[in-house]
Amino acid sequence: MVIVAMSVIVFFGVMVIGNPVDILINPEFDQEEMERAIKALGLDLPMWQQYLLFVKNAFQGDFGKSFVFGEPALKLIIQRVPATLELAFTALILSILIGIPLGLFAGLKPDAPVSKTIMGGSILGFSLPTFWVGIMMMMIFAVMLGVLPATGRGQTVTIMGLKISFLTWDGLKHLLMPAINLALLKISLVIRLTRAGTREVVLQDYVKFARAKGLSNRRVILVHVLKNILIPVVTVIGLELGNLIAFSVVTETVFAWPGMGKLIIDSIQLLDRPIIVAYLIIIVFMFVTINLVVDILYSVLDPRVRLQDVKS
Amino acid sequence: MSVSTKTETIPELSAEAAPEVETTLRRFLSDFTENKVAVAAFVVFIGIVFIAIFAPLISPQNPFDLAEIDILEGRLPPKSESISGTTFWLGTDDQGRDMLSAIFYGLRTSLGVGAMSGFIALCLGTCIGLTAAYFGGRIDSIVMRLVDLQLSFPAILIALVLLAILGKGVDKIIVALIAVQWAYYARTVRASALVERRKDYIEAAQCLAFSNRRILFRHLMPNVLPPLIVVGTVQVAHAILLESTLSFLGIGLPVTEPSLGLLIANGFEYMLSGKYWISFFPGVALLITVVSINLVGDQLRDVLNPRLRR
Repeated sequence: MVIVAMSVIVFFGVMVIGNPVDILINPEFDQEEMERAIKALGLDLPMWQQYLLFVKNAFQGDFGKSFVFGEPALKLIIQRVPATLELAFTALILSILIGIPLGLFAGLKPDAPVSKTIMGGSILGFSLPTFWVGIMMMMIFAVMLGVLPATGRGQTVTIMGLKISFLTWDGLKHLLMPAINLALLKISLVIRLTRAGTREVVLQDYVKFARAKGLSNRRVILVHVLKNILIPVVTVIGLELGNLIAFSVVTETVFAWPGMGKLIIDSIQLLDRPIIVAYLIIIVFMFVTINLVVDILYSVLDPRVRLQDVKS
Repeated sequence: MSVSTKTETIPELSAEAAPEVETTLRRFLSDFTENKVAVAAFVVFIGIVFIAIFAPLISPQNPFDLAEIDILEGRLPPKSESISGTTFWLGTDDQGRDMLSAIFYGLRTSLGVGAMSGFIALCLGTCIGLTAAYFGGRIDSIVMRLVDLQLSFPAILIALVLLAILGKGVDKIIVALIAVQWAYYARTVRASALVERRKDYIEAAQCLAFSNRRILFRHLMPNVLPPLIVVGTVQVAHAILLESTLSFLGIGLPVTEPSLGLLIANGFEYMLSGKYWISFFPGVALLITVVSINLVGDQLRDVLNPRLRR
């Protein structure tokens, strides 16, 4: 199943319409030079031959060289992966830290005006276009107030060959705005999930029993309620990680964050075929892995779900 | 406000509907108008559709007519006056276009693309979902595999891939949006059709030896419509957002068809120099559109859900 999906997408990816030669090669070249350049890029072979060559190389981890950068496509993308993952995970953590307390509050006191404001805000969070919010945040915090830098990644620290930016003050400042921007949609989602879960759990007998035992309000909420709403929330958040990585395309473009989302948008505009194809394969691979992990997590967290049932 | 919606909808519909249908409709309307926010959202939405349809008539200026725009009047702030004496209420963009007119035309493009792709995806998804549920067996499992596979990827990624392959253009973005949306409709329709299919009236229709097509479209389809309408409203809002996002990224609509997303992208480069209005107002228009559709959809879900019916 995985392989079929991948090869289909790869195949379509290879047939990207549009001739990259027009964009890449200097229009002042004469015919002879042009042909030499085409040959060097391997674009003179028929489509099926290019495809077979590609499949052969792909199995060896070679996705061809980028037309624009002249470096191996896979290497270029792998270089960008940590930046994207850092952004996505920060957004994920933010959405949990902000979303769960707010959702818990809205679920415990559904009629309080604060809860209604929270719920109204979450509808807004669903409807706001991510890129526009990003632009507006940039305008307010970077242009008008001047407290946060507008674009880029800032100073990074290299640990075990990975560049990490949240360990320096400058990097953290650069990370804050894109991460909040990316997290906004997920915060709304987590609020709604937590609220729905809380309202259900509060009515259960074990919560009533815990209260009857005379446990403090704080203990009832933190232990008995929170523990039981966490299972659905955690699984959904796991599934949403993939979504975050996909949506980072938008945030990265707005904030000029040097992740793989920005790379793919630039490559699409320049028709840089090897990068597009390599990106697609990596992202498909990532999603298949995430889905698999979430499926396994389901059965670990909830003993009622057995893997055999999923298969049949 | 509630009065105005009633007078708008009831006369034209009840004229051709049978008495029993009219009472259902009345109940639906009274349920719907119970929530004042939803009614307001509906009125706003009708207003936006009106603007989108009559954009050429009500905009102060035609943003495509080069004779009417003057590049010397570019990037004027809101409420400034032009040389000819008209006021640019929302300012002008880099080409000297009136932002208000540009937004009206942008709404036209955005809503048009959203509605069109939503409608085609709805038809396609409904047919596929109904067929899968009705015939079951191998067709069902193949279709549902496909749907599951597609839904495990985020919509924006699929649209991105398709547009990378297809290129820019109105027709291409509609194709991409249809490809993204059909699976949601197919799954919704299949789920409710599976329930309906076991009911007696389908068996009765089968006993009367009606053709499969007749049973599918005359008997099964009307009964799966309510959940479909709810999914439809939410999906149209999604489609509009997705289209504007893709256009913003520069892989959606061409520059000749300025949707709201393109207008925002246009203003992006001027924003860092403090000229906020080129990006700000199209975004507000987009936000109002999507919020009003979502609110109407929310209320429709509550009203049409039989489990919540009082």
